[in-house]
Parts: sequence; C-alpha cells; structure tokens
Amino acid sequence: MALRRPWALPPWGVLGLLGLPVLAGLAGVFAPAFGWLPALGAHQPNLDAWRAVLGWGGLPAAMRLSLVTGLLATVISLALTLLIVATWQGTRSFVWLTRALAPLLALPHAAAAFGLAFLIAPSGWIARALSPWATGWDRPPDLLIIGDAYGLALVAGLVVKEVPFLLLMTLAALGQADSLRRQMVARSLGYGRVTGWMKTVLPAVYAQIRLPVYAVLAYSMSVVDVALILGPTRPPTLAVQILDWMTHPDLAMRFQAAAGAVLQLGMVMLALGLWRGAELALGRWGRAWAANGGRGLAADLVLRPAGAAGAALIALTVGLGLAGLLVWSFAGLWRFPDIWPASFSLRVWSGQMAALLPLTRDSTLIALGAAALALILAVSVLEAEARRGPAHPRRAMALIYLPLLVPQIAFLPGLTTFALITGLDGTIWAVMATHLVFVLPYVYLVLADPWRAWDARAGLVAQALGAGPGRVLWAVRLPMLTRALVIAFAVGFATSVAQYLPTLLIGAGRVSTVTTEAVALASGGNRRLIGVWAVVQMALPMAVFALALALPALLFRNLKGMRVS
Amino acid sequence: MRFPLFAASVVLPVCVMASPALAVNPDDWNAVLQAAQGQTVYWHAWGGDARINAFIASVGDDLQARYGVALEHVRLADTADAVTRVISERQAGRDSAGAVDAIWINGANFASMKEQGLLFGPFAESLPNWALVDTDANPAILVDFTLPVEGYGSPWAMFQMVFEYDSAALPEPPRSLAALREWIAGNPGRFTYPQPPDFLGTSFLKQALYGVLDDPSVLMGPIDDIDYAAVTAPLWAFLDEIHPNLWRQGRAFPPNEPALGQLLADGEVDIGFAFNPGRASAAIADGELQDSVRTLVFEEGTLANSSYLSIPYNAANKAGALVLANLILDPHIQARAQDPEILGFQTVLGMHLLDAEDRARFYALELGIATLAPDQMGTGLMEPHPDWMTRIAEDWAARYGTGN
Amino acid sequence: MSLKLDKLVVTLAGQPLVALNTEIAPGEVLTIMGPSGCGKSTALAALIGALPPAFRMSGCVFLDGRDITALPPHARRLGILFQDDVLFPHLSVAGNLGFGLPKGADNRAGRIEAALAEAGLAGMGMRDPATLSGGQRARVALLRCLLSEPRGLLLDEPFSKLDTELRAQIRAFVFDRARGLPVILVTHDQHDARAAGGRVISVSGEEVAL
Repeated sequence: MALRRPWALPPWGVLGLLGLPVLAGLAGVFAPAFGWLPALGAHQPNLDAWRAVLGWGGLPAAMRLSLVTGLLATVISLALTLLIVATWQGTRSFVWLTRALAPLLALPHAAAAFGLAFLIAPSGWIARALSPWATGWDRPPDLLIIGDAYGLALVAGLVVKEVPFLLLMTLAALGQADSLRRQMVARSLGYGRVTGWMKTVLPAVYAQIRLPVYAVLAYSMSVVDVALILGPTRPPTLAVQILDWMTHPDLAMRFQAAAGAVLQLGMVMLALGLWRGAELALGRWGRAWAANGGRGLAADLVLRPAGAAGAALIALTVGLGLAGLLVWSFAGLWRFPDIWPASFSLRVWSGQMAALLPLTRDSTLIALGAAALALILAVSVLEAEARRGPAHPRRAMALIYLPLLVPQIAFLPGLTTFALITGLDGTIWAVMATHLVFVLPYVYLVLADPWRAWDARAGLVAQALGAGPGRVLWAVRLPMLTRALVIAFAVGFATSVAQYLPTLLIGAGRVSTVTTEAVALASGGNRRLIGVWAVVQMALPMAVFALALALPALLFRNLKGMRVS
Repeated sequence: MRFPLFAASVVLPVCVMASPALAVNPDDWNAVLQAAQGQTVYWHAWGGDARINAFIASVGDDLQARYGVALEHVRLADTADAVTRVISERQAGRDSAGAVDAIWINGANFASMKEQGLLFGPFAESLPNWALVDTDANPAILVDFTLPVEGYGSPWAMFQMVFEYDSAALPEPPRSLAALREWIAGNPGRFTYPQPPDFLGTSFLKQALYGVLDDPSVLMGPIDDIDYAAVTAPLWAFLDEIHPNLWRQGRAFPPNEPALGQLLADGEVDIGFAFNPGRASAAIADGELQDSVRTLVFEEGTLANSSYLSIPYNAANKAGALVLANLILDPHIQARAQDPEILGFQTVLGMHLLDAEDRARFYALELGIATLAPDQMGTGLMEPHPDWMTRIAEDWAARYGTGN
Repeated sequence: MSLKLDKLVVTLAGQPLVALNTEIAPGEVLTIMGPSGCGKSTALAALIGALPPAFRMSGCVFLDGRDITALPPHARRLGILFQDDVLFPHLSVAGNLGFGLPKGADNRAGRIEAALAEAGLAGMGMRDPATLSGGQRARVALLRCLLSEPRGLLLDEPFSKLDTELRAQIRAFVFDRARGLPVILVTHDQHDARAAGGRVISVSGEEVAL
C-alpha cells in the first residue's frame, strides 16, 4: 500500500508521530481529572477533583482573568500588528521597523517580562529617571503597577511579545496576498492608506494569519511564566493556579490540577469559538463597510502616527527593558533612586561562564535538530497534500495543533509517562523529539499558508516543460518559498530554545539548556542573574533569526519578484 | 480516535521494564565506595541562587577528585518538579534506573515522598560521617516538621528564620511579633511577606502562629485533633489587622525569598526576613544589599529547620548518592558551607565531635557583618507538623487569594 | 483636462529607467511600448505615486494643470487598470463597484446597477467576481475605476490576458468609456498600440514606429 501510494505516508506518519504523544499527554490529563492515577493509588473513577476545582473560591475570578487578559492581549496585539503593516507597508520605515521588531520574536517571554517589569515597577528605571527631581520620591512609591488586579501589566507583557510574532506571520502572508497591487488599486481609487489596506488587503491576509492568531489567543490564556512575573496573584490566572496545584507537595492536588487543565482546555476552546463568531460577524459587517465607498482619508492622520507610536513603544520597551537587564547583570550595589549602579562588576558573568558553553552547545544542537526535522516533516506533509488532493486527511491534520491549544503544564506529565514507558527519556535525542511535538505545529503554522497560497501555475509551467513532480518541488516550489521556509525554520529554532517544561521533564534533569537554567535562576528573582541568562537565551535564536531575514534578502537581492517590501 | 489510544495508555504502564535493582547496602561502606566509582549522580536541587549553585559545583569537584564520582546539579525551579518526576516514573513502572539520584528536600515534600514510599533508606545513620553530626543539641536533625526522619534523609544544613532590616533607616527595629504588629500600624507600606503557599511566606504565618497562640504546643500535632478554627482565629485576626498597612496595601505580595530580598535592597520595604541567617551578609558581600542591613531574631524565638538529602527508591546511582550524602557532612565541606562569603549556612556538625584541626576551621570563620553570633540566635522554634503548613496555606488562599 | 509629464526621470541605483517629457490631451491615448521588464510598470508606479523605496524620481507630473508630484496616490485622481483585473475576491461585483464609488454619492445602488446595465452586466451585482468570465471581470474592473471619477487613466497591459476576439471588444469598451480623459497605455503588444490610435513612445520617450 505504501509503495503504491507513497504520499499517504507523510500525513499519517506525522499524525502518528505527534498524535500518539499528544493523545497520551491528553489521556494523562483526562484520566486523573476523573480520578484515575494508579501511581497515586487512585483506581476508582470519580468526580472529586471537579468538586474541588469548582469549590475553589477563586475560580470565577481566575477564569475571568484568564479569559479577559487572553482576549485583550490578542485583540490589542492583532490590532497593533495590522495597524503597523497597514500604515507603513511599502515605506522605508517599514523595512527598518520589521528589522527592529523581528528579533524580538526570538526573545524568551520570561526575559521580555522581566525587562518590562524592571522598567515600569515603582522602583524601576522610569521611576528612577524621574526621581527625586520630578517626583520627589526618595524611596519607591507604594503603587500597585506589577500584578494589578485587572492583569493590565500581564496584557502589556504579552502584547510586547505577540506583536513581533504576528508581524512576522503577516509579513510571510503579504507576499502571497497580492498586497501591493491591491493597495495600489485602492490608493488610485482615492483611498487612504489604512482604510484602503483594511478594505482590500486585510481579508486576504487575515485568512492566512488566522491560525497564528488562534495560537496567540490560546497561548495568552494559558501562559504561565509571563503571568507569574507580571500577573496578579490573588487569585492568579487559571493556568498559574493549575501550576500551583500541579507542584503542590500534597500529591492529591494533582487530580485537581488535571481537572483544572481540562477546564482550561474547555475555556480555550470557548474563547476560540467566541473569536470565530466575532470573525464571522465582523466579516459580514466588513464587506458592507468595504463597499460603502468611504475613503477614510482622515483616519490616516490619526492612525499613521498611532501605528508608528505603537511600534516604537514596543521596540523601546523591550530595548530599554533588555538594556536594564544587561545593566543589572553588571551591577554592584544599585539603590533607589540612582539611575545607574554605584559600581559595576563582572562577578555574575564570570560566575556563570563555566555553565554557559556546554548549555549553549546543547541548546543549539537540540534546536537545530528539532527545527530541521520539523521543517522536513512539514514540507513532506504539505507536499503530500498537494499531490494527493482530496485523499489527503486534511481534517485529521488539525491534530497537529493540539500541542498549541492544550496548556503545557497539564499535558506534559502525561507525555512524560509516555516517554518513560517507551524508555526514550533522559537523552538529548528524546528532548529533541519532544521539542518536535511543540516545534512542528509552529513550523507547520508558519509554512502551511504561504505553501498553499503559492501560485500553482509556476508548477504547471514547469511540468509542461517536462519536469516531474520531484523536480517541481526541488527546483521551483522550494526555491520560490525560500523566505517562508527560512522563517519557519527560525521560528522552529526559537520555539525549541524557549521550551522549559518539556526539557525539564523529558530530559529527566540529564539534559539542560540555556532555558532550563534561565528559568531555574529566574525563580530566584535575582535581577543580576536573570540579566545574564536573558541575554544568553536571547542571543541564540536571535542569531538564527538574523540569518533567516538576511538569507533570502541575500540570495534574491537581484530578484524583485522574490522580495517583499 | 481517542478511545483506543486512551486504552493503550492505560495498559502500557503494566508492561514494566524493570530490571532487578543492584542491591546497595549502606552498611557495607567499602562496597558502596566501589559501586560508586564512575557513577554520575544527578542531584535535583533548587537552582535559583547563584551562591548555592557555585557551592554545589565545588562539592562536585571534590566528589570527583576524592571518590571518582561525577556530580550533575539538576537546577530545579521548584522541588516539586523532582517529586513529579519520581511519581511519573513509578506510574510508568520504572522502579529502577530512575532519573533522580538525590533530592534536596524537607517539609511537606519530604513528608509526602516518605508517606508514599518513594524514598530509599534508611541510610543516613549508616554514613561514616554521621558520627560527627550533633543529634543531641539539634533535635531538628532527627525530626523534620515533627515527622521522624528515620534515616530517610541525611541532614546537611540548619536554618533559622532571621529578620533583616536597614539599620540606617530603622535604628530601633521591632524585636517581637507584638512589636512588629505595632510598627506596621505606624509605618504603612513598609512590610510584606511572600505570598503563601511559598515556603518562606507560609513560614511567616507559622512564625506568627507562635506569636499569637497562648499554647503553641498544639502546633506539634496533626490538626485533626484540635478545634482548628478556634485555635487559628487569632492568626487571621492578626493578618486582617496588618494587611491594609502592608506593602501595596496587601493587594499584592512578593513571590518568594529572593523577591523579598530585592524589595529590601530597592528600599521598597524596611524589614525583610529569610530562613538563612547568613543571607544578608553574603548579599552585602556581593554588593546586592546595602551594608547598613542587620539581622535580628524575635524574643519569643524564630522557626528553625534542617535541609536533607534524600534518595528516591528507584535512583539509578544510589551508591554515588550515598557517597555524596557522606561527603556533604565532611568538616571541610561543612565549614565551606558555613563561610558567610560562600553560603553562610549553619553546620549540622557538633564542635565537640570534631578533632582540633577541623574545629579550628570553623572557629576561623568570620561571621559576616550582618550575621548574629551563635549565642545571639535565641530560641529555635520547632517547625509545626506538616499538616499546618498545608492547611494554613490553603486557608490563606481561600481568605485572601480568591479576589472576593 | 490634461496629463503632463515634465522631465519625469526614474532611476534605480543611479541607472535611468524611465525618462518622459510629454503632455497627453483629454481624450488622447499615449502608448508607452517596450518589451517586458523595460520599466513600463515602473513608469506607471511613479505616476500614481507608489514607487518602491529603492527607486529615485525627478521631474514633475501635472494633472489639469495641478502639480500632483508630491501628492499621495489617493489624492492624485489617476485611475489604474492592471493586466489582471485585481477584483477583490472578498466582495461581490456590486461590492467592488461600491468600493470605487465615492461615499457621499447619491443613489449608490442605482448608479451601480446603471453602470452594470450599461456594460451589459445587468443583474450581476450580487455575483461573486470569481464566477465571471474574463471579459466580464475586465469590464467590472474598468467600471470600478470609472465610478471613482478619475481625471486620468493608466492602463497597465490591461488586455494582454484576453483572447483575440474578447480583446478587441474590451479594448473598444475601454477606449469608449475613457473618452474625455487623458489615457496612458503601457503595452508590449503592437495591436494594442495600433488600436489605441495615438502616439507611441518608449520608456525613454523616443517615438516608436509600429
């Protein structure tokens, strides 16, 4: 069978490869949620865990918080991304802006959150810069900025990270959306920049970035590290509460954690449903709006500066935040309201040097392997889809996205059990394979839309010239999609480098990466150490990103058709 | 789709791939040393403090040089991660060749692993260096949170809660819970504690219990035996009273000890506290804290406990872990841990049990600018039964952590 | 109403690509002819103000005596038709026309229906543009452009994708509708150039003999 229909293999192979661990992970969530975990002596299915979760007084507030911060962060991130692209696409500033923002994608969430926290905290850089001359503060004011009850600081931390991600996704989609000509038509018909873009390009672009947007929504609702650093604690978001239950010394709390995870999963699904509903409603309204002839010229006056300000604010926040962390990594005593440390030293850096090299090497190896494997698998699945047409299990492929929609903290213990049973844990290869479960969805996500939107006529032409399907793939399709391929690889690399829980659990402590080190140190809240490891943790994926953006530009510097400007 | 796979994962754990564990007998020390040769010990220990990480690395150098055993420090964000690991292994039927060889542990994590039968032992009292441990003067060495250790963990450092204050800003600090209560009322926004269930935050609640209870002896037993609500009423009254006058009006709390220390360094609070009497001196030495910070203990005493090294029942390298447990009790290593420039931990060894040369090693140590001398440490209060820690942390969360 | 290109020069990396110095009267069709890739589309991009950042431009463009060189594309009132119709797939035929019609216009639905009827597309307003034939799509694209009331029209090989029969028909339709506007046609096709009936020049402004 496999010989007669070889292209049936990639989709089912990948689904088996991913589906098995994912479903085992899910089983590891659902079973204890309903009272089944033999290792803890629980053999009798029951609803105790659900009673405990529903009986927790903080549940309504925690759920509301997760839902509102997740939706708010996604709406703001998406709006800001679209605004930036709509107002600045095709200008020199846009090229500069995307270069400035793209590296932020490589920045670990935790590092960005710490940078932001140090900037806006009452004892942070902004307050120091203004004190005491402007504020009269000689000690930090007692203001609740970090961890505010509405989660606004958390939303800000998420937006800072998700805008670069969505921006990159949008950039990848633009090239396939005929954006420049559509915009040109709209402009020649008298439309303002933003309105013209929204009415003509957005519908095509949004269709391509829809899944990344869903991933952002699911992630924002389930994020743990950023919520720990910037979010409220009384109560925290549901995801953080699940982590608390999961790591509670009383092992019976694992059941509650599992039930919480199932609830979290349901909530994410509900939010995605709401989002989809809003999409449909807005789409309907948007078509009427697009056809009403309004040119929206006045909007540009406000929106162009707003887009620029938003982008600049993000770049500045992250830039200053990281600069702050860098300064902290060299700081001696640094008291409020001094804007600079009283002394500098290399003490922290030299103390960490011995650990840096081997961890950097292992992180790189794992990330290169996971990203390369993911890219190969994603391409083979997509190519299989192209060759098999209706025989391709399109619907089943949705399973690939499960790792992005289920909170990691809940489904990883199940996955760990799976790895143990197969005896795969504790090696660098096992960690790489587990990373693949999380890397492949992102790579597929980044690659699938540009892949499908590729103009198939180029392939037809090549076939008419006598090229077989293999040559069409290697000589036409892959080269034409170089940009998308390299970006997908870079996203995969960054995703792998940022993995914490999978590395810790599957690596069984025998495989360490810069991220396990960074998060372990971050739990100590030592700004100097966080500074060192945030810089290191960011440098790795950033280097790969710089390559990803430079490579297509370099390869195709004389080919206008391959550029997105 | 889901059901066949689900069923598979139910069945699979039964297919145990256990191989007979190499029997390790801690009483045959030569055999232990021989078996340990060439092993690599994976010590799962909290990795949030650079000084502790450097210390563990130096222990690893000694372990390699003296016994030919390699040490890998698995840096945990939370000790519970390692507990999860062992549970997952048991669930998967891996009853030998487990990934965790040694855990730095105490309190509720220790109690829960011991009760679940997840620990190897008893081994501690078979270690050659056990003879040097001062079990008489320090009851917290044989009893962890009222739970008898029974050789399932080897104590290697003792800790006592001390309050840290900036003597430049606060020449006359409060020296009892009652005085602290008054001081907080008069100095709103200048004190806080880590949010339970954080270890240090819950410790503060237990310290407060000692201060508000007429008869603290109830803390030594499980809470099932007492009228819990009535006994703890004064604690909640105390907290209700101070919360409006805490940092951020009690609307937010720092997550843990280092975060609280950072608040003290930033001048956001005037009084902090830590479970390590040498923390402040070490932080001052590293330029992370102003040198005007000093420490104090309450007149009624402060909580004291020990840290243990335990070995999971399925550890792959038990012999190596035993050698490690013995090495940390070596006077050289213990003196290094007590050096305020390195860690400032309190040794578990009895000075009268050491030879003169080793004794001199300890006497030569400077205390550090902010550290109290041993005779100034006052009374060490016993940790309450683990039930208390769990229950008051839960109740705290129910009262103050739900946003209602 | 006229379109005047006053010493318009476009360079890329210092190399001149386009050099035009001419005036197109209302109702006149100026054809710019040359092989693919000679810079014809760059010339149009310069005229509507959408030149990619890598290009440099000097000289001026006047429409009705008004200097539009520095104006953004939407303010120039120069309509453009591409070789593909660039109909928006997310809008219906009427939606596409509505997109072109200014917002304040009276009787929007009536005007759209009238335009469709006049172009032989009566009753097709609710159709998905993807279901139209090539000729119908080309006509909708032109109607959309004309409904926006341009003062000049730029044609970027708009007929090159149509088959011969349709081509003549659409060509006639376009030139008929564009009556009274200055028109620039960019093409590599001699038939188109002949049919346009006006002057034929190259991107560097030289007369081309057909």
